[in-house]
Amino acid sequence: MSETAPQKRTWLVLGASSSVGRAFARLAARQGADIVLAGRDTDDLNRTAADVALRAGVFVDVVAFDAEDFDSHADFAADCARRDTAIDVFLLFGAMHEQDATDEDFDLARQTVNVNYLGAVSILDRLAPILEKQGDGRLVVLSSVAGDRGRRKNYLYGSAKGALNLYLQGLRARLFPAGVSVTTVKAGFLDTDMTFGLPGLFLVASPEACAAACLRLSDKGRETAYFPNFWFLIMTIIKSIPEPIFKRLSI
Amino acid sequence: MRFKQLELSGWGRTTAAAVSAYRPERISAAADLVRAAGAENVVAYGGGRSYGDSAVRTGGAALLTERLDRILAFDETEQVVVCEPGITVADMQAFLVPRGYSLPAVPGTGFATVGGIVANDVHGKNHDRHGSIGDHVCWFDLLMADGTVKQVAPDNDGDLFAATIGGVGLTGIIVTVCIKVLPMPSNAVQVTEMRVRDLDHFFELFAEHRDRATYSVGWIDALARGAKLGRGVLELADPSPAGIPDKAPRRLRVPFDMPGILLNRLTMSAFNEVYYRRVPDGGEVSKKSLTAFFHPLDALHDWNRLYGRAGFHQFQCVVPEEGGASGIRSLLEEISASGSASFLAVLKTMGGEGRGHLSFPVRGYTLALDFPARAGVTDLLQRLEDITLDYGGRIYLAKDSMMSEAGFARMYPALREFRAVLEHVDPKGLFMSDQALRLGIRGPGR
Repeated sequence: MSETAPQKRTWLVLGASSSVGRAFARLAARQGADIVLAGRDTDDLNRTAADVALRAGVFVDVVAFDAEDFDSHADFAADCARRDTAIDVFLLFGAMHEQDATDEDFDLARQTVNVNYLGAVSILDRLAPILEKQGDGRLVVLSSVAGDRGRRKNYLYGSAKGALNLYLQGLRARLFPAGVSVTTVKAGFLDTDMTFGLPGLFLVASPEACAAACLRLSDKGRETAYFPNFWFLIMTIIKSIPEPIFKRLSI
Repeated sequence: MRFKQLELSGWGRTTAAAVSAYRPERISAAADLVRAAGAENVVAYGGGRSYGDSAVRTGGAALLTERLDRILAFDETEQVVVCEPGITVADMQAFLVPRGYSLPAVPGTGFATVGGIVANDVHGKNHDRHGSIGDHVCWFDLLMADGTVKQVAPDNDGDLFAATIGGVGLTGIIVTVCIKVLPMPSNAVQVTEMRVRDLDHFFELFAEHRDRATYSVGWIDALARGAKLGRGVLELADPSPAGIPDKAPRRLRVPFDMPGILLNRLTMSAFNEVYYRRVPDGGEVSKKSLTAFFHPLDALHDWNRLYGRAGFHQFQCVVPEEGGASGIRSLLEEISASGSASFLAVLKTMGGEGRGHLSFPVRGYTLALDFPARAGVTDLLQRLEDITLDYGGRIYLAKDSMMSEAGFARMYPALREFRAVLEHVDPKGLFMSDQALRLGIRGPGR
């Protein structure tokens, strides 16, 4: 052991109650990282924390985090800065409602934008200086193929994810000189409680596979990727349809 | 809350139930389902390894526990593990064994869930020595029909505890369970296999070894008749002080439903013959991984598809020690005469009664085997039930798909106490399975 041991790192998982968050925490912990589980349901997160810590033998912490509570994000980030290990960030919180529901209820529409876009902007704006100061690190964001094109079926959700994807492009450029990678993972259908029982899903991927892909892609420093990767083909086709035709489609 | 319409069947695949499946990822979401269910029936569905209809309710809600799979505590001083119900036995063993422990009762498949093994009070090959899983449950949190979660232990609500251990999910949903674990020196067992000439030879060997070996299991060629009746292989095993290197398990999969005709008397006799001859005349000693020893069939995924689309019934009964040898002989004679048995039958000794009202174990002998679902099997199963009753035995609810209501009531004398608990904790009958309805478990007219 002539080399110095690699520096201990902590993965901050924002939106850790979801099945992908849980799978990611288990996987990252198995690779030796400490974990901070952040989310609203801290009772549930405490159970996940126990599980991850027991299985992997790493330090796991639980912190209350509400994507919509923008005012709390500065303090949340300040707490992160006080940790004694370097942090990497996995952001995967989201809110998805049916388009019809958001059409009829602006509160749901606002929540969709607040969580998926503004919530992410709010917390990432506060975390970015920490990552810059750190001088290295990784940010992975679980986004959606819905952000690639506004579709009749989910254009509000898609617009929030699309805005997030654009924001991340800029953030990537900002953090690049500091040696921080930003990875945008555009996910297709995932087998989570957000999608369980939804009609019309196909080729649904497991949370474990998604978590593994997010970790792998960020290890490689990839900028953007589709998961599962065949969605690249599907979205290439969808994006190539001319608008005069696309507007007639109800997909 | 959103449901997925699914057809769920037991492992034997003889029947499929249309259910509204709900898959919570946290305990509060499970409670939401119970509170929202109203008049609709609910029953927990774990690994789907019960053979019949005990984990499904046609037209009802299936609470899939697979995503409730977390380990919550592990205390080496107290030697207990606390976990959620949906963690599989294999996953739990993968956690425990490297730390020097094992679940105290391990069923024949690692795909069963911990919640499921408690709800069926399952036993393993060490039942003589260590009893069934219910003997090692310290407490559990039960999601009750009113949507509340109650911690239940033998000393705070002995009746509800006894009704839930082996209670096939009818008292509520186990959302957390604390189990006392067994020290296990390595990941391997030292296995002795010996050829057994006939049934008498089996009982001789059981008498000689049941109190010595930690694990014991007999494999019987249920197609052998006459002088060969009951011939087979006896496996005895003890924990091995030294382990073996972990190998990535080879996983094969049965990719589609095999034509049922492939499992006929000829192929199965041949298989059984090879299995018997595989063990040298003088016996054989080897070291096996715990996984290979506990879960020999798990290497072949979806093996139930070997039986074709029609599926199969599994029969498992236990007959009390007193007269048990002749009971097993009568059963095997009936089975071999029918010629409809399939692969190896399993014959094991059992050590004593479980702690649940509907616990299966009784001190005696237990026989388990598969029957492809074909013409005549219903009559055969009825005759086997009659023989079981004649010898004061009982049929295992986890395996049952065909038992009669009257037979069931005679086999489980604590049924009255069980019903009294249900009347108290779930008067409206929210928790219900097709099996419970078929067997009138909740009581006549419920």
